[in-house]
Amino acid sequence: MTAASETVRLGGAPLSPLDTEAVRADFPILGRAVRGGHPLIYLDSGATSQKPRQVLDAERDFYTVHNAAAHRGNHLLAEETTDAYEGSRVRVAEFIGADPGEIIFTKSATEALNLVAYAMSNAATAGPEAERFRVGPGDEILVTEMEHHANLVPWQQLCLRTGATLRWFGVTPEGRLDLSNADELINDRTKLVAVTHQSNVTGAVPPVADIARLAHARGALVVVDGAQSVPHRSVDVAALGADFLAFSAHKMLGPSGIGVLWGRRELLEAMPPYVTGGSMIEVVRMEGSTFLPPPERFEAGVPPAAQAVGLAAACDYLDGIGMARLHAHEEALTAHGLEAVAAIPGVRVLGPLTTENRGGALSFVVDGVHPHDVGQVLDELGIAVRTGHHCAWPLHRALGVQATTRATFYLYNTHDEVDALADGIRQAQKFFGAA
Amino acid sequence: MQLESLYQEIILDHYRHPHRKGLREPFDAEVHHVNPTCGDEVTLRVALKDAAGEPVVADVSYDALGCSISQASTSVLTDMVVGKTVAEAMDVSAEFLALMQSRGEGEPDEDVLGDAVAFEGVAKYPARIKCALLGWMAWKDATARALAEADPGAKDNS
Repeated sequence: MTAASETVRLGGAPLSPLDTEAVRADFPILGRAVRGGHPLIYLDSGATSQKPRQVLDAERDFYTVHNAAAHRGNHLLAEETTDAYEGSRVRVAEFIGADPGEIIFTKSATEALNLVAYAMSNAATAGPEAERFRVGPGDEILVTEMEHHANLVPWQQLCLRTGATLRWFGVTPEGRLDLSNADELINDRTKLVAVTHQSNVTGAVPPVADIARLAHARGALVVVDGAQSVPHRSVDVAALGADFLAFSAHKMLGPSGIGVLWGRRELLEAMPPYVTGGSMIEVVRMEGSTFLPPPERFEAGVPPAAQAVGLAAACDYLDGIGMARLHAHEEALTAHGLEAVAAIPGVRVLGPLTTENRGGALSFVVDGVHPHDVGQVLDELGIAVRTGHHCAWPLHRALGVQATTRATFYLYNTHDEVDALADGIRQAQKFFGAA
Repeated sequence: MQLESLYQEIILDHYRHPHRKGLREPFDAEVHHVNPTCGDEVTLRVALKDAAGEPVVADVSYDALGCSISQASTSVLTDMVVGKTVAEAMDVSAEFLALMQSRGEGEPDEDVLGDAVAFEGVAKYPARIKCALLGWMAWKDATARALAEADPGAKDNS
């Protein structure tokens, strides 16, 4: 499949290209004007995506008609809310090929990753069933230099709490994971490997299934940060080969305030809770409490039903488009972006320069113009991008840059917008006298 | 484009030709400040001297990585505080902070702020205020440390 192909073949049948115009009509915010009356060119979906009417309507309809506290009360609204919440769990499970009992709703992907990290230190005081989650001095937690802080700092903290040692895969100058010392890094002391499914900076897609195979051969658990993959391509947990997958709704057309942790059932059953309180208990006495089975064990407090409904609507929307079609569209935009931006003299794109095993995050530096200043000029043209280290400071350091400007593409972006980005970069160079 | 109101010529001049850049000896205190959202950083030194019993800013030297706003703002800062008594310089710093927090509604006092009035436009861009304040906050911190060093009792009075 070539990146710029107009159609992709799926199971032999040609797939029609994504109808961007029809898609854009579903996103009210794309119709607004921004600074200077410019139409909005939103290239910051890697930070958060925009929401289609269908998602907004689903959430509004929930609040307008059904709203109550799920899993509490026996009145009609409570019943409807519980059905809506649990129905959303089924929908999300279907979206990633999982069993509904393996889907835990959290407040974010960040919280989902923390849930696993804290469950592991809580294992120290849990029963014998939690044995395999215990870590301590001599054990190793393996991460990568490519991680978003959300899949790095929780593991650093876990090591601090338990005395385990943090180790990491480095990155190549091209921004790929350096797997040359994998045999040494993944060893019998390795208790857990945490790796991103797609870099939020370079778009690089590490070979997660291979890493999982190596890790499992040594008995280590595998946690995958899917915040940048699940919104952009078809992810099937069976094929992924991992034990846990974290992602967030707001990056996949859903509402903010809800994330997902998928975990293998047998692991979730043995795993101690992280946040405790109402909803997650079996019996509470003054002397102590017992907990419900998963997923409830990990969902203390009144659940975010409206957000779950919105997320389910986002899954419907994405499946309606088709993840293969969406991915092909993004791949074409990325190829175009790589070509147009990397061709500008004085601009360096971080990460792989082809779309092979690479998603739609385009981070770059402009000689003589700081990323903040590039972003400011683009903003003046109505182009929204991210500037800074994008919560991946060690990766920036490894690639020898302090900060970057990042454009990220999604289903509603167009080739004209990619051209506008390249033009904007040239204007920034001109304004700051760098071209 | 509104860019010219943000990036006034004075700012671009200071960015291209920063004043007093580089770390110098002697100094009484050195601090390292970081803007955690973008990773911009400044290492800044303050040297004080005594003038008729009052502390005066003798030198401000710095090494910094950052955007045009943070670089220019640190350069302007040195112009505005070096040679002033610490008390006068702190007044300028307070005025600059007030300007940054005005959301563009402030009436900057050019008599107090000098070239720093050029940053008026920055106040309209909340995401950039931290850039403009990076060097100023570092200077305040370094000066407070230098004063505490000179007079260990001063800390208790502040």
